[in-house]
Amino acid sequence: MSALAWLLPATPGVAGALLALAGRRADRVAAAGAVAVTAVTLALAALAAAVRPMWGTTLVAVAAPPGGTPAGIAVDGLSAVMAVTVAAIALAVLVFAAGDLPSGAARGRFFGLMLLFTGAMLLTVTAADLMLLLTGWEIMGAASYALIGFWWREHGRVRSAGLAFVTTRAGDLGLYVAAGCAFAATGTLELAGIAQAGQPWRDLAAAGIVLAALGKSAQLPFSYWLSGAMAGPSAVSALLHSATMVAAGAYLLLRVQPLLAATGWAAVAVAWAGAVTALLLGAVALAQRDLKQLLAASTCAQVGFMVLAAGAGAVAGGTAHLVAHAAVKSLLFLCAGVWLTALGTEALAGLRGAGRWRRSVGVAFAVGALALAGVPPLSLWVTKDAVLAGVPSPGLYAVALAAALLAAAYAARALAAVWRPGTFPTAAGERRVPRAVTGPLLALAPLAAGLSVLGLPAVYAGWRQLVGAGGEPGPEVAGLVVTGLAASAVTAAGWAIGVRARQGTAWRRRAAELGQGRLAVGLRGWLGLRQGAIGGVWEPVKALAGALARFDDRVLERTGEWLADGVTAAAGVAGRRAEGLLDGVVRGAAGALGGAAWLGRGRVERPLEHLVRAVAAGAGALGRAARRPQAGQAHLYLAQAAAAFLLLAVVLMLVR
Amino acid sequence: MTVLTVVIFLPLAAALGLLAVPRVRGRAATWVWIAVSAADLALVAVMWAGYRGGIGYETRLRWIPTLDAGYHVGVDGLSLPLIALTALLFLVCGVHSLGERRRERAHAALFLFLQSVSLGLFAALDLLLFFVFFDLSIVGMYFVIAGWGHGDRARSALTFFLYTFLGSLALLLGFVGLFLGGGTFDLVELARNPPYAASPGVASLVLLAVGVGLAVKTPVFPVHTWLPPAHTDAPAAGSAILAGILLKMGTYGLARVAMPALPDAWRAHAWLIMAIGLVSVLYGALVALAQPNLKRLVAYTSVNHMGYAVLALGAAGLAPGGGRAGELAVSGAVTQMVSHGLITGALFLLTGVLWDRAGTYDMDRFGGVAGRAPVFAALLAAAAFASLGLPGFSGFIAEFQIFVGVIGAGAVVLGAAAVLGILITAALFLRALQRVLLGGPGELTGRVTDLRPAETAAVAPLLALSVLIGVAPRWLLDVIEPAAAALSSLAGR
Repeated sequence: MSALAWLLPATPGVAGALLALAGRRADRVAAAGAVAVTAVTLALAALAAAVRPMWGTTLVAVAAPPGGTPAGIAVDGLSAVMAVTVAAIALAVLVFAAGDLPSGAARGRFFGLMLLFTGAMLLTVTAADLMLLLTGWEIMGAASYALIGFWWREHGRVRSAGLAFVTTRAGDLGLYVAAGCAFAATGTLELAGIAQAGQPWRDLAAAGIVLAALGKSAQLPFSYWLSGAMAGPSAVSALLHSATMVAAGAYLLLRVQPLLAATGWAAVAVAWAGAVTALLLGAVALAQRDLKQLLAASTCAQVGFMVLAAGAGAVAGGTAHLVAHAAVKSLLFLCAGVWLTALGTEALAGLRGAGRWRRSVGVAFAVGALALAGVPPLSLWVTKDAVLAGVPSPGLYAVALAAALLAAAYAARALAAVWRPGTFPTAAGERRVPRAVTGPLLALAPLAAGLSVLGLPAVYAGWRQLVGAGGEPGPEVAGLVVTGLAASAVTAAGWAIGVRARQGTAWRRRAAELGQGRLAVGLRGWLGLRQGAIGGVWEPVKALAGALARFDDRVLERTGEWLADGVTAAAGVAGRRAEGLLDGVVRGAAGALGGAAWLGRGRVERPLEHLVRAVAAGAGALGRAARRPQAGQAHLYLAQAAAAFLLLAVVLMLVR
Repeated sequence: MTVLTVVIFLPLAAALGLLAVPRVRGRAATWVWIAVSAADLALVAVMWAGYRGGIGYETRLRWIPTLDAGYHVGVDGLSLPLIALTALLFLVCGVHSLGERRRERAHAALFLFLQSVSLGLFAALDLLLFFVFFDLSIVGMYFVIAGWGHGDRARSALTFFLYTFLGSLALLLGFVGLFLGGGTFDLVELARNPPYAASPGVASLVLLAVGVGLAVKTPVFPVHTWLPPAHTDAPAAGSAILAGILLKMGTYGLARVAMPALPDAWRAHAWLIMAIGLVSVLYGALVALAQPNLKRLVAYTSVNHMGYAVLALGAAGLAPGGGRAGELAVSGAVTQMVSHGLITGALFLLTGVLWDRAGTYDMDRFGGVAGRAPVFAALLAAAAFASLGLPGFSGFIAEFQIFVGVIGAGAVVLGAAAVLGILITAALFLRALQRVLLGGPGELTGRVTDLRPAETAAVAPLLALSVLIGVAPRWLLDVIEPAAAALSSLAGR
């Protein structure tokens, strides 16, 4: 069954590449073809989850373990869960996109890139060695660049795409270094072997992997790229924020949890990075005035819980949170996409009443938002608690709990914004949004709600076995009650402020004042991270590059020009001298010959005289030819060759 | 006479034939070039299929017995990939030159001459033979730039010529030094019994001379400054050959001559060599980032990319007894030479389109070209991503091996610093794509028509091969790896 292992990423990957290559010629069949390919991929993923195939390949011969099976693709329990999640979410998103994408859009390119994106993520989650992992990892980044900048005529979108690619690649550098360290210590590139590597390689590799994962998962301080990633079509956001891209970083950390634990410091650092991101980006989400920006910041915050789980050693909980969040967040982004297409706005203020326009969309969004808030008995309530149950230190727990409450607050804010009574231009919406796009919403909503079954003790025990995390604690009743009640209370309060309270009440006024404050403005601007990265890194690098380029032009390149000018001038002088000399010699020779001819006149035979005259004439012609200026460069070469061989002769004489 | 000699001299014979038959002119001359290069490539493919490891297709004829110099040629895992690259790149440049309208006969003859010279250099196993081909390549490229370039071509050609010619004199000095120490110009002999084993000081001086000569050609910082003006004013096909083939002669020379013949000196100065490689990597990338001229940008990325190869060859001198990291680094360096030839060849041919249509390489005068020329845009974007080392293209296979090899050999800080190069190249290529292809239309965008069939036919095979190497590299690495292992152990003696 080894073919199944490589077919899983290759099927969408190759189909996507071909579709993108065909471009506009494939526009008409692209959507149907992509959906079909994704359905096949989902079937392959399910099959792979059942049979757990492995496929060994030699990429670089010296890195193959001596005598052992070379690394390649291996589907274990964690990979199986990821693969099924990725394929399922991709299928829902592509079905949505088939109806949502404007008819004139470059569908071949869009669906091709989406398939490539999916295939790259599947390779990432099934790779057993760092070279294949990095292959999937970076192709995914490039595909996300092309998808975020899909509407390439608008500079702002392209710039956001570039920022996303360069930022995530800055993290990716860590994986290159980690690969080098793994090879130095173990002689192979296998992921599983790094935890047993000797020092200092193990710690260096861990640092590289953590850097790469934090970048890809948009954790602090890299979070800003995800804000710009909204520039792509809605379907891109739905996929990028749920089962791919940001999920890849969390997956990688969960995958290498033994390595993190082995180093000690890496586990602590990762746990804190996740918890602090969950808290701060939760606050950022709460301060947004744009639905997609709110959801984007909440993605950072929610992925923070998964990162926290990896650091805290709660692999089963983190994986469960990843899967449930993928369903929830893709659902929310697809709903936002429906409203964006219908109404042309993502501003929370402009979405008033949107939830009541097409009830199925509104209800689906409500299910997603309540799940995001952590309201019982929906999925994220349980999975978040599975993560919290593994958190060892009280400080960390407190931060994570505060982050969970913030999640309830921003989810309630989004929910209230769209369910507030208001008028919605239904006619325009009906024209633009085909009914078919609600299908995926109705498929995702039950998942977003029902994945809480993972928390049932019997199910959770099986889940732990599946992802290979046998001894971890599961969600506890006390914790579930506390967080469930707290989240419900915060959500209810948020709903009350946002929907029930009448305009002008004290609470609303207070909220509005808060929204104008410096704190809120800072949060709305994503903590100034983007400006910090541009001003603190990009601009200095550009300035350095400019200074070096000026140095190169003014100093170094001049040396070449001086050389050229100097040699040309020297050659000119030498050439004139040589020409004068040559001229004299030739004239002299001609004169001498002429004189000889004159002297020999009558004494020698006429043919000889003719010969001598001919030689004299020929010598004169040669002299004129030698004086021709355009022949100077050939002279130059000859002169240098002569100089070179002279030099050689001197060296030979000295040494011999 | 083996097939290798036929491969080397077939283009030269065709060039002489072209010059001898004035009736073949205009486009017919270019077609002759294409036919001969295609035949040559087919012969190289036959050679590749029949290659069985070690030195294959060897020929050894006496030339100057007193100097023990001869016509000694052969191929191994280092040279065969570069010979194949040469044959392919000259063929696609021939296809691209179907658009050339100036003195086609001389143009074709000159390129065929250059092809023989390049093939001869990569096959040479004798220092004098190597040097003759090395210098003839400079002469040939001088005439390409001076005769078919644009802008201030005479001056750029002269700068190129003088600079690289002076470099070659240093190389000659070093070769004479090797002869004086080893008593032969034969490379196989010199590798078997490295000269100056007992006098490290002399060995270092000889390495300095050889190294300076090859560094100019590669080029590395700070002797790279002939490269940007040469490229700016060279014709597209000339730039593709210059960057794709001629630069490789520098790093190939390091691997073919300096490492096996002067292993002790190489190991003693491994850190210095790696530092020069690293500075070239970062300096080339940063200066490229600041270029407003697309062709100069691509030219400076060559400094960056060849810097990786130098860094990796230096790392082979670090690992004691060669070591598996050293093998990996050398294999990466050779893969990088092939990969850079393919990708930069494609980039220069594509860049030439802008000059051909609009007469400038200034990126800020374009914009939104993707709408006018989608095929051009798709190929340029693919070439840019290939050049920034995206997996799925050959550059990743090369650079990944280099990074892992360099760090694996123990140079963690140098390796980690070199990795920054791929981040800067990512930024600069995305910026270039944004300025030229994407966004709203610019001042000259209206003039950019899409690729002509000959242009597409020239560029697409290069990128297709880059993808093939990127996705399924074994057919290439199976040839390179044994030679890399052998070289790594030679350098680690």
